[in-house]
Amino acid sequence: MSLPRTLFAFVAAVIALLALASPAAAELVGQEDDSSGTEVRGTLRTTSEEGEDVFVEDVTLVVTDEAGTEVGIGVTDSEGNWSVELPGAGTYSVLLDVSTLPEGVPLRNPDNNPLTIEVGEGDSRPTLFPLGEATASTGTTIEAVQLFVDGLKLGLIIAMSAIGLSLIYGTTGLTNFAHGEMVTFGALMAYLFNVTGVFGLSTSLIVAGLLSVIVSAIAGGLFNGLVWAPLRHRGASLIAALIVSIGFSILLRYVMLYQFGGRSRFYSDYQLQEKYDFRWFTLAPKDLFIILFSTAVLIVVGIGLQKTRAGKAMRAVADNRDLAESSGIDVEQVIRWVWIVGGGLAGLGGVLFGLTEALSWEMGFRILLLMFAGVTLGGLGSAYGALVGSVIVGIFIQMSTLVIPSDMKNVGALLTLILILLIRPQGLLGRPERVG
Amino acid sequence: MDWGAILDNILRGAFGEQFIYFGLAAIGLNIHFGYTGLLNFGQAVFMAAGAYGLAMMVATWGLSFWIGVFVGVFVFPFILAIILGAPTLRLRADYLAIVTIAAAEIFRLIVRSPTFDEWTGSSDGLTAFADRFYEFSPFDPGQRYLFGLFIGNQMWVVIVGWVVLALGVTISWLLVRSPWGRVVKAVREDEDAARSLGKNAYSYKMQALIIGGMFGAAGGMLRAIGTQSAQPDNFITDVTFFVWVALILGGAGTVIGPILGAGILYAVLNFTDIVLRQAVNADYIPAAIMSGTQVGQVRFMLIGLALVLLAAFRPQGILGSKEEMALDDR
Repeated sequence: MSLPRTLFAFVAAVIALLALASPAAAELVGQEDDSSGTEVRGTLRTTSEEGEDVFVEDVTLVVTDEAGTEVGIGVTDSEGNWSVELPGAGTYSVLLDVSTLPEGVPLRNPDNNPLTIEVGEGDSRPTLFPLGEATASTGTTIEAVQLFVDGLKLGLIIAMSAIGLSLIYGTTGLTNFAHGEMVTFGALMAYLFNVTGVFGLSTSLIVAGLLSVIVSAIAGGLFNGLVWAPLRHRGASLIAALIVSIGFSILLRYVMLYQFGGRSRFYSDYQLQEKYDFRWFTLAPKDLFIILFSTAVLIVVGIGLQKTRAGKAMRAVADNRDLAESSGIDVEQVIRWVWIVGGGLAGLGGVLFGLTEALSWEMGFRILLLMFAGVTLGGLGSAYGALVGSVIVGIFIQMSTLVIPSDMKNVGALLTLILILLIRPQGLLGRPERVG
Repeated sequence: MDWGAILDNILRGAFGEQFIYFGLAAIGLNIHFGYTGLLNFGQAVFMAAGAYGLAMMVATWGLSFWIGVFVGVFVFPFILAIILGAPTLRLRADYLAIVTIAAAEIFRLIVRSPTFDEWTGSSDGLTAFADRFYEFSPFDPGQRYLFGLFIGNQMWVVIVGWVVLALGVTISWLLVRSPWGRVVKAVREDEDAARSLGKNAYSYKMQALIIGGMFGAAGGMLRAIGTQSAQPDNFITDVTFFVWVALILGGAGTVIGPILGAGILYAVLNFTDIVLRQAVNADYIPAAIMSGTQVGQVRFMLIGLALVLLAAFRPQGILGSKEEMALDDR
């Protein structure tokens, strides 16, 4: 098949798959009502341990006018939005019912409750109640240890997703900006099998996760077969390929937004869990599972790369493509397997990432930059480097909140990316070669 | 279908504000990528630097509008280019791509953060810094001008924008036909060859990054003036890719290419936008397939698709020459 046709085939396949998982389209209808009248509104949100926005649902706000008469009551929806219609311009006071706030989410400024606001005629007046960070209850936990463990979990997830990125770079030279979307794809596929259901059938998250990894691996293989292999065949330069990957990153991201909607969602299983107490830190069972399971997967991948024929071939191609080819390795075959394995691992990373925080259409894009930081730190192109670098980045991100505000922790990680390039561009495990 | 509204929208896209903001940013990116071969995927951060340079000087520190313009167009992008370029311009091209895209995200996270609310207004951004600009406007804010396409204040932004854009094209034309332009093109074609002739490739690349960044900042600043607000979400990383599509569509490495691309791009985007919107409102497209919110997402898909198709099939765009701007040769 020619490149244009295969390319469209790939896009169509992805859209068709996602169309199955499309609860968004129907739900969104009618949501865009007219908000022309006088009203007071707001969004309640807080920041999770991962620094993500979490919207707070079912919080009651009472609006009274100057005379103290109750004008209306607002309750936040699943996106934290609330609004109360007002009879007209004037001064109102908004009281947030603290008892309806979820546990562990305090108001940041309890003195500013109730808030007094002035509203003009026809205004839609935004009103802000800043919430404190959602924190797990801390007993005897030592904050640094807790952050280290949380960071290890995040780092392992980044590592799982990033190995494919690094191997693809190593074997083909492509910096795949669409890798983040492969992570999102894995998470959303698990949501499809777990919550939305296919043909009315939904399964437990464990089965859904397995199915998602298989679908992600197939998608990775198709992505290579329908887009990248024909491009390589045409002799497209790496820069052209890089721009194509960025194009796919946007295209797929917005296709997923289109199908999935902008709301954050959650799997139906393992949401609320009692945390185990390990004296110095606490850990929910699912987090413990993530750490142990991803360590096991990464060890298996490591052994696979080290011992098996296919793994050796992958490393050989990454090391020196021409030499590998001339010693009888089928390079295209190896690249195909790299995409399949990389796609599956990225999907698995997405499934696990979705367990630790809300699922959203852009979760992969956010983790992509952390993957780049990890891969660059470890050394572009080296699978072990990606592993070590990502874990360090994850731990660094969490531990840095000891000294910087938690909404800035990703900034710290990305700044280190720039610093690494300044000091040691080849990364920790990369070969010291001049690259410019 | 309201064909009058459709035509209005196309014209507004092709010659209006978006065309100006993104045209200027694309001229800058053309100096980066088209002439010097730098893979800057963070043009959005230069645009944000221009916007916040002006907004912070005026709204946060109460300095005069003109100091704000100077800081936004010259100082902020200069500092930013040094920070981004110093670690990456000696490395392989894709490192600059990673670092610039990361920088765009860093900048957004920082200005959004409540920590710096005092200076940046966090996610609400800054407003009330452009009054001085509109004081000079000869147009009545209540009137419509140019066949009713623009209201008074818009017309003033658009007129000033056209002048700045013409200036930008002239400057980039003078730059690329100067000896400086020849060196920069030599660096793009073969950095080692340029170096062996005694040219400091690193320094030339840095200069190109700074100059192109200033054009981007000018575009971002005009955008902040036009919308009378500087908001972090106006400068998300995806903004960069609109600039890229504009550039590659028109033809990277040509003087007119960037603004031709920006005009065509926004004419097409506005056209699809309004046609879809009208079709959804009139129920030609059932709500189950596309809702009002989803119409806004289509343009991003088109941008992604355009990048894929252009890079794969027509890297030289409309005006470029295959020999000079063949992505395939590098």
